[in-house]
Amino acid sequence: MKKILFTVLLALLVLWGCGTKEESAGSTPNTDFKEKVAAKFGLTLFELDNGIGPIKEKINLTNQIDQIMAKSGEDVFVQKCAQCHKLDERYTGPALRGVTERRSPEYIMNMILNPEEMTKRHPEAKKMLAQYANQMTFQNVTEDDARNLLEYLRSVNQ
Amino acid sequence: MKKISLIVSLAALIAISSALYNCAGPGDETGYADAAQKVYVAPGQYDEFYSFMSGGFNGQVSVYGLPSGRMFKSISVFSQNPETGYGYTPETTPMLETSYGMVPWDDAHHPELSQTDGIPDGRWLFINGNNTPRVARIDLRTFETAEILEIPNSAGNHGSPFVTMNTEYVIASTRFSLPIPQRDVAISSYKENFKGTLTFIRADNETGDMEIAFQILVPGFDYDLAHAGKGPSHGWAFFTSYNSEQANTLLEINASRNDKDFVAAVNWKKAEEYLKEGKGKRVKVDYTNNYYDEEEHQAHSEMRNEVTVIYPEDCPGLIYYLPTPKSPHGVDVDPSGEYIVAGGKLATVIPVHSFSKMLTAIENEEFEGDIDGIPILKYESVNAGEVENCGLGPLHTEFDGKGYAYTSAFISSEIVKWKIGTWEVVDRIPTYYSIGHLMIPGGDSKEPWGKYVVALNKITKDRYLPTGPELCQSAQLIDISGDKMKLLLDFPTVGEPHYAQAIPAEILMNNTKRFYELEKNKHPFKTGGEAEARAERTGSEIHIYMTASRTHFKPDNIEGVRVGDKVFFHVTNLEQDWDIPHGFAVKGALTSELLIMPGETKTLVWYPKKEGVFPFYCTDFCSALHQEMQGYIRVSPANSNAAVSYN
Repeated sequence: MKKILFTVLLALLVLWGCGTKEESAGSTPNTDFKEKVAAKFGLTLFELDNGIGPIKEKINLTNQIDQIMAKSGEDVFVQKCAQCHKLDERYTGPALRGVTERRSPEYIMNMILNPEEMTKRHPEAKKMLAQYANQMTFQNVTEDDARNLLEYLRSVNQ
Repeated sequence: MKKISLIVSLAALIAISSALYNCAGPGDETGYADAAQKVYVAPGQYDEFYSFMSGGFNGQVSVYGLPSGRMFKSISVFSQNPETGYGYTPETTPMLETSYGMVPWDDAHHPELSQTDGIPDGRWLFINGNNTPRVARIDLRTFETAEILEIPNSAGNHGSPFVTMNTEYVIASTRFSLPIPQRDVAISSYKENFKGTLTFIRADNETGDMEIAFQILVPGFDYDLAHAGKGPSHGWAFFTSYNSEQANTLLEINASRNDKDFVAAVNWKKAEEYLKEGKGKRVKVDYTNNYYDEEEHQAHSEMRNEVTVIYPEDCPGLIYYLPTPKSPHGVDVDPSGEYIVAGGKLATVIPVHSFSKMLTAIENEEFEGDIDGIPILKYESVNAGEVENCGLGPLHTEFDGKGYAYTSAFISSEIVKWKIGTWEVVDRIPTYYSIGHLMIPGGDSKEPWGKYVVALNKITKDRYLPTGPELCQSAQLIDISGDKMKLLLDFPTVGEPHYAQAIPAEILMNNTKRFYELEKNKHPFKTGGEAEARAERTGSEIHIYMTASRTHFKPDNIEGVRVGDKVFFHVTNLEQDWDIPHGFAVKGALTSELLIMPGETKTLVWYPKKEGVFPFYCTDFCSALHQEMQGYIRVSPANSNAAVSYN
């Protein structure tokens, strides 16, 4: 019975996952449901949408790409990430072009900064671990590095 | 319900075990149920102490947890280790260079923790190499050998490396006296031509870098062990000597004739004054100083050509001899710094000298003669007391910081506990068998953590499952928290443990290095990310800049290598998290594998001798796809024109 409930929840979560990017304030039926899902996984609503880690609130982003940050991000990416991630090719980990469409910016930064806990506790990250069979590791980057990496990943969509 | 039945069975178990314990027959020296609890470290819990035990003839240091006796690591020092590549890779072979060439082995006896204000500070561990005299410094952030300094004008560097209170100096002494400088003389001219040296190595307070500050040329006895003073005796160092007979053959008999040999007391602050006055002489002699650059991931060996030597006859007040029965081995200074305890192998008592009496005797010139200008103090003038009934063959003494001393007795195979000041023996416990050194955590420092004493035994005979002619050696953990010593645990050791040191775990564990930062990696053949992975030919040398990450090497297909080339696999582990080493092995390698820590670069040199295709792979199970972490290198004929290619 528990298993069925879990499967149903997971299915709902996957459906809901398509809407991750929409952030609505206030209590709506959708929020109520997401709160239940988050509680089910022992997460806060913020964590469900934005991952678990040092990024605990929404960051300010504009549509404009900061090219200097994106370049710094690319440098870190080449040195510390590219052995596992390509932009368009499944490699040790998933291809990353378009990841900013799939995940919230804070989720991406938390995944970079706190991958072990993410793959243990966050349902989406857990799925990725099961799919790729390799534990993503923290690569000793700073929060600024992670922000620059995010900018780089945003820039490659354009 | 389940809980209740668990409690009932537990209670029954305790009742039964205590019943069994009460009926314990002969051979049950301790209440083992009680002992088991005291040494049991539950899964996931940590030991209370790190213990560093010398490997003796294996040239290494082994790291154990106390009280569990579990071994964590063997640190390669004066040894090669095919498991990691230490002593095989071009990065590490310079560590083993000496004035005799590369010497990949030594006999390592005495680990010694660095101290600040007389207390082990957990920064470095020093250990001696006897055979080709050397002192190594291990960095306790990485648990790796950081430096090795050869000691010139020395042979059988046994009496080392012991530190002064703030690690101002690491001291060393010669077991074998020698013609100094070395020259071709008759061995029978020993008394005329042979001398010993006492060496003072300066350790930089920030970096730990060692250099020889000065050596003192002393009469040609066998200098055996040493310890520095502390508290009031800070500024002095004490060295035992035997063979004051100056025999050069059959020492067993010929060096056992005198009733008393000597403890040499050296005033090193006085030596510093004499050096300032220019009393030291620069003497030409070659010796190496090797150090590992953690950012370059590369060792360097530098040849030094000179040392400063001080001659006691030019420097009155520098050194005194304290007569000490009989062929003394260990010399240990109590936590207060007042008492100097010598273990006379052939003595029937343990003589304890008093530092304050010694100073008075020096002032009053209570001498009974001199040897080569070194005054011999009168035994009665310096002696504070003698411990009688101390067992046969007393060797070494450690202290618990609560007013008691513990001496190992080799021949009677026991530890004898005695009270400082009254010199009375208050307890004794057998050891199994033939104890050499003993160790209390911090037991040679100003503030011992006097909870356990570890017996380091030479012989195990019937104590363990037999393993052919060669049996393991052992340590025994003994509880000294109460009035009576209680044996808690036997555990086997790797190599022959001589001395050991221990320190509370919390002093070290928070400083441990988890990985090497890629940003700081200055290895000349570093690969800074997969985009830089490549293979290059320079003449007949192929340099492969390879990365390792879970779970592939880049490049993993290399072609254009020819028979007769020399191939360098420079492998950089790109991981930046704890506990993700990668291994690297290639078929036909004549040396070892590589074990590459996160962020580190190491090099394997490979000589392709046959045409064909040869596999390489990761040897350290790194992830679920570890078995996929592999590649090939193709070897073409020597006259092939194929260019180097890779992907």
